[in-house]
Amino acid sequence: MTESELLELYRRMVLLRTYDERSVVYHRQGRIGTYAMFWNHEAIQAGATFALGDDDWIFPSYRESAIGLLRGMPAEMILQWWRGHPSGWWNPADWNVASIAVPIATHVPHAAGLAWGKKLRGEHVVAMAFFGDGATSEGAFHEGVNFAAVMNAPAVFVCNNNQWAISTPIEAQTRAETLADKAVGYGIPGVRVDGLDVLAVYEAAREAVDRARAGGGPTLIEAVHYRAAPHGTADDPRAYIDLARVEAERAHECVGRFEGVLREAGLLTDELVASMRKDAEDLMRAGITTAEAEAPPDPELVFAHAYVDPPPNLRNG
Amino acid sequence: MAELTLVEAVNDALHTELARDENVLVLGEDVGRAGGVFRATAGLLDRFGADRCVDTPLAEAGILGAAVGLCMAGWRPVCEMQYDAFSYPCLDQLITHVGRYHWRTGGRMQFPITIRMPYGGGVRAPELHDDSPETYYVHTPGIKVAIPSTPADAKGLLAAAIRDPDPVVIFEPKFVYRTARGEVPEGEHVVPLGRARIAREGSDVTLLAYGAMVPVCERAAEELAGDASCEVVDIRSLRPLDEEAILASVAKTGRVVIVHEAPRTVGFGAELAALIAEQAIFDLQGPVLRVTGFDVPYPYWTIEDSYVPSVARVTQAVRKLL
Repeated sequence: MTESELLELYRRMVLLRTYDERSVVYHRQGRIGTYAMFWNHEAIQAGATFALGDDDWIFPSYRESAIGLLRGMPAEMILQWWRGHPSGWWNPADWNVASIAVPIATHVPHAAGLAWGKKLRGEHVVAMAFFGDGATSEGAFHEGVNFAAVMNAPAVFVCNNNQWAISTPIEAQTRAETLADKAVGYGIPGVRVDGLDVLAVYEAAREAVDRARAGGGPTLIEAVHYRAAPHGTADDPRAYIDLARVEAERAHECVGRFEGVLREAGLLTDELVASMRKDAEDLMRAGITTAEAEAPPDPELVFAHAYVDPPPNLRNG
Repeated sequence: MAELTLVEAVNDALHTELARDENVLVLGEDVGRAGGVFRATAGLLDRFGADRCVDTPLAEAGILGAAVGLCMAGWRPVCEMQYDAFSYPCLDQLITHVGRYHWRTGGRMQFPITIRMPYGGGVRAPELHDDSPETYYVHTPGIKVAIPSTPADAKGLLAAAIRDPDPVVIFEPKFVYRTARGEVPEGEHVVPLGRARIAREGSDVTLLAYGAMVPVCERAAEELAGDASCEVVDIRSLRPLDEEAILASVAKTGRVVIVHEAPRTVGFGAELAALIAEQAIFDLQGPVLRVTGFDVPYPYWTIEDSYVPSVARVTQAVRKLL
């Protein structure tokens, strides 16, 4: 990686971190609705997507709600999604970012289908899907990964193993020693990486993306870390989590860790860090201002877009 | 015109539509090498190749979920669910994504998915080969549903579904897959969604039915011919629903019997009865009656004839209204 690539990677992590921290504040101020934070998941999201080209597709779960920022999506668009405003409904084809998947794992087959469908058209496009450790217990995960494997689809499945599915710990989720081991059952490579090491995530993703693009089929990447924030703004993890462990995890969070590496290498200065943070904060400030200035949605939208060609009795209620 | 069975007409539609539009592809279990367990997809693999007639893993949610991604890649997928009751795993994708994704993109992306499956009783197989699950599908916002009863409609409605910009589910009455024979237009043939068909004209009683219950109603009407003039309305399209044709028939006859194989409670007949109650109450000469399956699991095939609405049960209901 070049120096400028390393700095760009760091900038992306700062952008995501800022989005997440500001969103929690906005939630507390009543400016966005229920919010699922991704604090300390930035290395996985920025690292894995850094291996993608612009034509490649990203299939996020709600934990990766702001991943579109890395494709230049305006902050207000994602904020509006969390504000329940329809201007947060983007066209996936504009960003090659699928809609945020709220149900667990059901977007995994979509990534398989997109990757396979593009391959059938002779396009060398890779689909990357993100999901959590709990998703690996769902049938849709199995059907999607197996489908992609059988079709030799150029897909990369990134499992964000933060070891908690709300209150369910990983040992109550699976008896498998690692989630990467599940790849064996699909006949595809499974890789386990430190989810707080952005360079390790990037390296695993780059290999997987290269292999997929070269016709080598899908890869399952398990990025391991530990959830150091609540599941969402409505969750109080004190009821189930070891707070001492959370504190320990927060002490070596992923953005600071990469910052340390870059500082040690002499690539990052105080000024640069400050300017990247300021840019991200400005982006968020402008984003929430724009979002809040938008007119409330027209109630007519209740009936919009349910169908392309709606049945005549749609308004009977 | 060629005389075809209903399942041959389905096959004809698939051949015609795949030849017409290179973005159409068929995927499902055993649709390629085997040509489908009912031979509905016979010949497609040889004619269009393995990229456009795809044998998939045995995974109904995977088939429909992959179809969502295929749409994003510009395809118009036609998914076969091998049997009605085997389709239930795909309801997860149907409800959470297929019916919502166009809406979710603010109307900017289309998901022209066709799902087709044989449904209903009569194949003399173990349980879960006989269900009539149309209500689950019609109840899902964003989805359209059609059910043909004749070979010509089987071809025309499937073609309409494939060309429709919205997700459409076609239930094919397997009870009459090979016994319903009829003239089918050659080449392109489209029967628009949302239009009912008057299968038999009459003036005393309206029989509302779809799929394999249409011929049952026609036989009942024949039996009653000396005593009552029955009009048989083949609903054909459950959503969009041809309310006008239904209400016009009710206005003419004032008496209604609704017939379906599916269990009674919250079956599609309840929706039709409510429509008539809301919009035609003053046209009615008597109660709206339903002849349906029962609220029980579809029985073992040795006794299934006691479950499926019969000509006798239909004529009995009609006689109550006379």
